[in-house]
Amino acid sequence: MTWIAINIPEIVSLLGHHAAIALPVIIISVMFSIPIGWVASRKRRLGRPLIAGLELLYAIPSLALFVLIPAIFGFGLRSNANILIVLVVYGVAVLVRSCAEAFDSVPADTRDAADACGFSLWRRFWAVDLPLSLPVCIAGIRVMAVSTISLVTVGSVIGIQSLGTLFTDGFQRGLMEEVVTGLVLTVAFALIVDLAIVAIGKLLTPWTRSR
Amino acid sequence: MLEGAFLWLADPANWGGNAGIWARLTQHVVFTMAVVVASAVIAIPLGIAIGHTKRFHALVTLASGAARAIPTLGLLTLLALMLGIGFQAPFIALMVLAFPPLLAGAYAGVESADPVTVDAARAIGMTEWQVVKSVEIPAALPVISAGIRSTVLQVAATATLAAYTSDIGLGRFVFAGMKTNHFEETIGGAILVMALTLFLDAIFKLIRRITETSMRKREGTIAHENQA
Amino acid sequence: MKTRLKIGAAAACLALMISLFGCGTSESFSDSSSQQQEGEAQTLVVGSQDFYENEIIAEAYAEALEANGFKVERSFRIGQREIYMPEIESGSIDVFPEYTGNLLQYLDENATATESQDVYDALVQVMPDGLRVLDQAEATDADSYVVTKEFADANDIVAIGDLAGIDGLVLAGNAELESRPYGPAGLKDIYGVDIVRFAPVEDSGGPLTVKALRDGDATIVDMYSSTPELASGDLVVLEDPEGMFLASHVVPIVSDRIDEKAAEVIDRVSASLTPEALVRMNDESVNGKRSAADIAHDFLVQAEIIQ
Repeated sequence: MTWIAINIPEIVSLLGHHAAIALPVIIISVMFSIPIGWVASRKRRLGRPLIAGLELLYAIPSLALFVLIPAIFGFGLRSNANILIVLVVYGVAVLVRSCAEAFDSVPADTRDAADACGFSLWRRFWAVDLPLSLPVCIAGIRVMAVSTISLVTVGSVIGIQSLGTLFTDGFQRGLMEEVVTGLVLTVAFALIVDLAIVAIGKLLTPWTRSR
Repeated sequence: MLEGAFLWLADPANWGGNAGIWARLTQHVVFTMAVVVASAVIAIPLGIAIGHTKRFHALVTLASGAARAIPTLGLLTLLALMLGIGFQAPFIALMVLAFPPLLAGAYAGVESADPVTVDAARAIGMTEWQVVKSVEIPAALPVISAGIRSTVLQVAATATLAAYTSDIGLGRFVFAGMKTNHFEETIGGAILVMALTLFLDAIFKLIRRITETSMRKREGTIAHENQA
Repeated sequence: MKTRLKIGAAAACLALMISLFGCGTSESFSDSSSQQQEGEAQTLVVGSQDFYENEIIAEAYAEALEANGFKVERSFRIGQREIYMPEIESGSIDVFPEYTGNLLQYLDENATATESQDVYDALVQVMPDGLRVLDQAEATDADSYVVTKEFADANDIVAIGDLAGIDGLVLAGNAELESRPYGPAGLKDIYGVDIVRFAPVEDSGGPLTVKALRDGDATIVDMYSSTPELASGDLVVLEDPEGMFLASHVVPIVSDRIDEKAAEVIDRVSASLTPEALVRMNDESVNGKRSAADIAHDFLVQAEIIQ
């Protein structure tokens, strides 16, 4: 355990870097996926190929996308824009189907009732569609958050600091302890964020708690 | 740079030889398939058992959630430090990646079997094994095959990382290009991986269409016989 | 569903998301370094390779500069040369530890110099605009070919050329070695040595490379001359009489923002950086498991550059 004991400041700083990348990506992915999922759920002919297409983005190897995106758009390989775009692409690819399914799960008669009450589309979205779709949507957000946190580590191969740096550095120095620390912290961080999302979900959907 | 990648792909000199595109592509496919089969042999029976007995459910959900959070790169470097530069380290790391979706597919599939049908099967004197074999597995097949499909795609994409520690697969082009400033090679390699996953996806669709048609035909025949 | 439609949809989504990003974030997320330049002009950015030894040296530059009143921002572990060189050339990094031979080969593929001073002189000539090299340190970290002692004894091998005629040679090293002039092609052309297979290991001559050699998965590996593991007794560094490998000394490359005073501080670090000091620091990192900052600090204190 000597390595951990004498390197705590570095470990904490890398954890900070990791969180500073992962958390904005998770939030931005949610912000993109909900409207896309809503549109896909309402306009099926457009929505289905859209979702299937987005899911295919997930088939691009992450390492390759880290190189491809800057090649196409001409910004730095290690720029914040690059890592954010790459991870948001994956985040949306993972999340958008569950968002669409979440909106599908809103009972049609509830929606009709809202329409009959004279709700505007905008108001119906916020008062009916979004809250009722949340339970299903949150299940998808949990999966997306966990996979995002794990994917951040791949950036270390092109020099983006995160807990993944413990893998590349531990690999070169032959310190298994360092690699294991990176693994354990990544999984622990993912589980904590997962629990936090569950908690936020419970707060946002109080009506599911009584059951 | 994309143009460069297509030029790289179009150059026949890059396709031949034992480190050429064909060789890497074959390696990549064989490796991906072997990983998925090895993982499925454990995950699917386990998933069916859990779905059938309805035990250890929470434990499995937790374990597969945690397994999903394991970064493949980290597991790969750790295993490589222990096992060396052979194929073993990426093989095991990717098996761990493949495990949760296969397991979840199997038990979700078995659970989706209609409980009334399952009880009816027991009532007519079927053994537990017969219930599993003739009722639950057939009901689970669509979900299991969907699980296999997404697992294959995910493993095929992630197998790119294998080249970090081993001389395996299309990831070699990605790494070699990145380290020598030949980004056209990196992107060419990435395009090949994408094309491969699209191709595998199409094959799965084809298989599903064929089996669905043949199943419908068979059901049709059975219905006919019953009428007669 | 038509696959073409799906791909089209995927491309459209990607483009849409990226363009949205582009508008929303082009300023807030632009390279931290470009913000740097607009801000306090006196903050110097010190960078390092994604390699522990390089990080220690960078840390030594950084701490020495800080001790002399400069404001320093650390941008460490930013990949290999191909990734960080464009950033250095764009002026977003001010100090970076490099290696004369390897850098020369990167900047000039046709370089012929191999001797220490020739390499340095050639490097000075090919430095891009706005960048220059300061004094080189005595410490070197050149590529070298290594075999096990057992293999060397059994086949009577002392120099690289002695490998000629041996069948089934497997060479292991970082992926880039495969296309370097001293890689398989150089072995063949200069020494007549045939490599049957190249095995990539992305750990820069680290433990996995050594393990591959000891396990027999590779017969020859590329290791850096300052690797502490070379002293373990069961490894033999092959002689290179033809000078296939370039001499490669540690050398700081700096931007125009490094003035006389800062250059003088960095030169003092280089003057104290002997081969022994570098191997010792690497040993403290790999075997002592200490952080780059601690190792660099002790080095500077010992060299009396800081108190």
